[in-house]
Amino acid sequence: MAAFAVARSRCVLLSGLKAYFKTFGQVKHGVASAAVAQSEVQEQSRRWYSVSHLSVQERIDRKRNAALIGGGQKRIDAQHKRGKLTARERVELLLDKDSFVECDMFVEHRCSDFGMEEDHNKFAGDSVVTGQGRINGRLVYVFSQIMDQAMMVGAPVIGLNDSGGARIQEGVESLAGYADIFLRNVMASGVVPQISLIMGPCAGGAVYSPALTDFTFMVKDTSYLFITGPDVVKSVTNEDVTQEELGGAKTHTAVSGVAHRAFENDIDALLNLRNFFNFLPLSNQDPAPVTECHDPSDRLVPGLDTIVPFETTKAYDMLDIIQGIADEREFFEIMPNYAKNIVVGFARMNGRTVGIVGNQPKVASGCLDINSSVKGARFVRFCDAFNIPILTFVDVPGFLPGTSQEYGGIIRHGAKLLFAFAEATVPKITIITRKAYGGAYDVMSSKHLRGDVNYAWPSAEVAVMGAKGAVQIIFRGKSNQAEQEAEYVEKFANPFPAAVRGFVDDIIVPSTTRKRICRDLEVLASKKQTNPWKKHANIPL
Amino acid sequence: MAAYMITSTLRRVLLVAKHASFQSRCCVASSRVQYSTVYDSNEKTFDKILIANRGEIACRVMKTCKKMGIKTVAVHSDVDASAVHVKMADEAVCVGPAPTNKSYLNMDAIMDAIRKTGSQAVHPGYGFLSENKEFAKRLAAEDVVFIGPDTHAIHAMGDKIESKLLAKAANVNVIPGFDGVVEATRVILCSGGGGKGMRIAWNDDETREGFRLSSQEAASSFGDDRLLIEKFVDNPRHIEIQVLADKHGNALWLNERECSIQRRNQKVVEEAPSTFLDPETRRAMGEQAVQLAKAVQYSSAGTVEFLVDSNKNFYFLEMNTRLQVEHPITECITGLDLVQQMIRVAKGFPLLHKQEDIPINGWAIESRVYAEDPYKSFGLPSIGRLSQYQEPIHLPKVRVDSGIQEGSDISIYYDPMISKLVTYGATRAEALQRMEAALDNYVIRGVTHNIPLLREIITHPRFISGDITTNFLPEEYPEGFKGHQLTSEGRRELVATAAALYVSAQLRSQRFLGNLRVSTTPQEQRQWELCVELEKGSHTVAVSRSGSTFTVEVDGVTVEVSGEWNLASALLPVTINRTPRVLQCLSRDAGGDITLQYLGTQFKVRVLSQLVSTLSAHMPEKVPEDTSSILRSPMPGSVVAVSVKPGDVVAEGQEICVIEAMKMQNSLIAAKAAKVKSVHCKAGETVGEGDLLVQLE
Repeated sequence: MAAFAVARSRCVLLSGLKAYFKTFGQVKHGVASAAVAQSEVQEQSRRWYSVSHLSVQERIDRKRNAALIGGGQKRIDAQHKRGKLTARERVELLLDKDSFVECDMFVEHRCSDFGMEEDHNKFAGDSVVTGQGRINGRLVYVFSQIMDQAMMVGAPVIGLNDSGGARIQEGVESLAGYADIFLRNVMASGVVPQISLIMGPCAGGAVYSPALTDFTFMVKDTSYLFITGPDVVKSVTNEDVTQEELGGAKTHTAVSGVAHRAFENDIDALLNLRNFFNFLPLSNQDPAPVTECHDPSDRLVPGLDTIVPFETTKAYDMLDIIQGIADEREFFEIMPNYAKNIVVGFARMNGRTVGIVGNQPKVASGCLDINSSVKGARFVRFCDAFNIPILTFVDVPGFLPGTSQEYGGIIRHGAKLLFAFAEATVPKITIITRKAYGGAYDVMSSKHLRGDVNYAWPSAEVAVMGAKGAVQIIFRGKSNQAEQEAEYVEKFANPFPAAVRGFVDDIIVPSTTRKRICRDLEVLASKKQTNPWKKHANIPL
Repeated sequence: MAAYMITSTLRRVLLVAKHASFQSRCCVASSRVQYSTVYDSNEKTFDKILIANRGEIACRVMKTCKKMGIKTVAVHSDVDASAVHVKMADEAVCVGPAPTNKSYLNMDAIMDAIRKTGSQAVHPGYGFLSENKEFAKRLAAEDVVFIGPDTHAIHAMGDKIESKLLAKAANVNVIPGFDGVVEATRVILCSGGGGKGMRIAWNDDETREGFRLSSQEAASSFGDDRLLIEKFVDNPRHIEIQVLADKHGNALWLNERECSIQRRNQKVVEEAPSTFLDPETRRAMGEQAVQLAKAVQYSSAGTVEFLVDSNKNFYFLEMNTRLQVEHPITECITGLDLVQQMIRVAKGFPLLHKQEDIPINGWAIESRVYAEDPYKSFGLPSIGRLSQYQEPIHLPKVRVDSGIQEGSDISIYYDPMISKLVTYGATRAEALQRMEAALDNYVIRGVTHNIPLLREIITHPRFISGDITTNFLPEEYPEGFKGHQLTSEGRRELVATAAALYVSAQLRSQRFLGNLRVSTTPQEQRQWELCVELEKGSHTVAVSRSGSTFTVEVDGVTVEVSGEWNLASALLPVTINRTPRVLQCLSRDAGGDITLQYLGTQFKVRVLSQLVSTLSAHMPEKVPEDTSSILRSPMPGSVVAVSVKPGDVVAEGQEICVIEAMKMQNSLIAAKAAKVKSVHCKAGETVGEGDLLVQLE
């Protein structure tokens, strides 16, 4: 079950509007976030606030209707014109038909400065649509203060953000509203999955709510995330930059790593979110979901027998391996355009959700650097928090050398990935497809970090380093290096040294990989492992 | 002619009583291979044969060798180290890096491999060294048998000018000469084969252009840049006669193969026999072919190609002194194993058959399945990794000759052929029907392939009527091939299947196993209101389900679709209004986009709920990039020449650069007159499909 909040789009209203507040005493938490344009209400409907001769029931109905159209038809049209949907349309698309149960429909902002008290600036529901509903029958909360309830019942929270920022007119109250949300995001972290879908501008303090959630998705061309917009940037640093360059979907999915994926438009994003939701467990108390699977678990994948090229310097695409073994070749990749030397994402094995981490030999030889370590670490921790088994495909030549990496702190960032794999107690299955060199071998879910099942393909080479480098060090200045290299290759460039020591459990025929993993996952489904009691671990942030 | 298969038993009968009438013995054979290798253990040929080739033909030769108890040796380039032909062979030797001139054409390395493995004979397959007299000479010098004709026959027939003179002398009809002024000419490489480097020029400019490109191709492919220019016979059929001769002066003709369906002078669909030949013409052509073979003391299998005009006049074109790509269809209708016969003849055994033993049993069709994009000039090469691959060999009377498997790479280094798909039947109609089914059941993923074109050809009314010429493709598709054109009924079938598939997937995504926290309230939906978009058209669709049968109302017409709806399978067998069909689902995503292969062609279908459909109107349209000012590589290959630099002003149609792929040079031209803004490639570079080459202003 999940909870979500959807913002009603608020379009124009003063520049940065948004955080909204609940007025009434009984509701404590403000909801930040989604903004949906609510807007000028038509003349006649504007009047209803003051009409006192109506019965309570009549007033309820009128308010409900007004809330349903949010800011009014004009605002709805304006939102559509920008290629965006209204909050209510978004919720309708995201959730199963007729499953949405809304709450806080009667909330209005209490702001009375700068003309905000005027009726025409007040909208029932105050810019945010919140409630709960179902995705393929499973509960989800959409946004906001419902987060408390989401945590209580154990259901994911989805925020659909389209908000200009704090309602400046509200002053400090809006800041308090943000902090309420941030706290809630932090409290819910690791309890229920939290997903943010950025569907419009999201600036200033508001950006920290998505940043605290587990996954942030964006809509291409219509969504932006930044702390300060281009105008402020220009006045402070004199940099000329567009909204898109500063905080568009491309920037955040490829450069900053803030967002995990981008979609073409509102509809594409919401439908994909439904699809993504099916991979997630409802809470940390629930097992990874198992769906009906038509793909035989003992299917052989003959293409894998030839995928690793003979020359160790030649690249191949790790995605080919992942898609080959996954149910129906389906792989929901997380951060496909960021730190591409590591691949992470979700797939299913015999219907059961798994998290997959793989070095990508196609990009920078699949080495580990700062960005790929951080990307991998965050993903591994999500899987561990939510009972999702982790499959790791290893072809790593080592950590990336160089001053930029050392100055950037590759040591502490690399340690994050190491930390994440080591502390994870979910089932961990590792397949070494080719290189597993040096410290990077240890890091990549090795046997030594409590890997449950560690396999090697016949092409695996577990060693401290590659033949050339090793020989240059061991036999420095000696002439017959080619000969020594051949000897080194013979000795170390194969899976045997690791296998005889029990560092890999078996050397398997690549085409049987899917079959082996499915069988192991079934065995490991009941795995129970606990780390020593601690308040929380101290991961090297 | 009768439609029988000659099984091995029957073949033995034939050997014993050669003149017995086999027409009375009808064999319903279900054997997968439509030829028989009768191995006589007293007839000792070779212990070990090296196959100096790769891919399907290497595998094809090895199959027969295995049946004959002969050990096989494969040669391979480094990138082919795990290729099928290497795995299939008893021994394998690496002969160099990927480029063919360093590996499969590297005679020194191949000679070394022969010595190292102690091979007694070499089968060259087709292409590569198969018609290289130098190679045959070097083998002879080391007492290694070349499984093919003698050097002098290769030499005589390899030269397109000399071969014509010889043919004339042997009383074979030849093309009216190339003296005097002719309106259209063809430029042909002297040592080329398989249509490579052949160009037709209709005017002086094209002649000059053709001359330049052909000589470059000739030099790079064959090291011989002489060209032959002759009168171009318009609207001809290309029909060839398979001959088989031994070293004792015996020669047979094994009937014809119709190879008129070509694109850029390369064959696409072949059949045997031809619908066009009557027995007299067939005999006349066969006898002339045999005369020519005898005139050059030909031994082994060979092919005499003829052009046949609409009046059944036939003219000698050339003789191929090797096993042809399309030999399987001859094997299907005659029951002979041509590779076995070549091996026997090479060892010096006389032919076992007489001309009257050679039957035409049934009909065989061959489709050349290529990794190429049929929407670009009927086929420009594409490359990639075969992420999924299943041959339709579960169907009866289907033969697939291939040298690849799931996971194989189709690279820029070699011929982009995936396989030869051969179907066989008692009648042409039966063979064609099987071909349709075979193409529908053929799963190829990861590379673009030409199955859409193949399936359109074999179901084209003009092809079915047999009224074809070598201009079939340009005549029928003057605007280029655009894929299958849907009829309104076909459209409904496709829309209904897509809708049913969508609903199946939706229902499946609501089924969680062992999860108690799924809502029990929403009862399973029984009715769906959908909107299906296909090729710019939009259809309102209502779906209802009962079991695995969906009743789909498309624009008011009811279509019933039933099937297993296995969402993991590449094949989607369904019954649409009681007609069984096999579709393929190539992709299916969360946004409702489904790609289906229907009647051979891939269609993008978008299935949306009514709600999504309504709201879609508000989604912004993404502006595609203006392609007229951007030149991208239409295929993977290497840049041979770049004719412009930034700042140059080019005219519309002016050559901008030349890309060589699969040994074909392709001249890329400017789509409009403009100034060159930037150049992103240089000569010698390798480029991928879609890579930006040149940008215009």
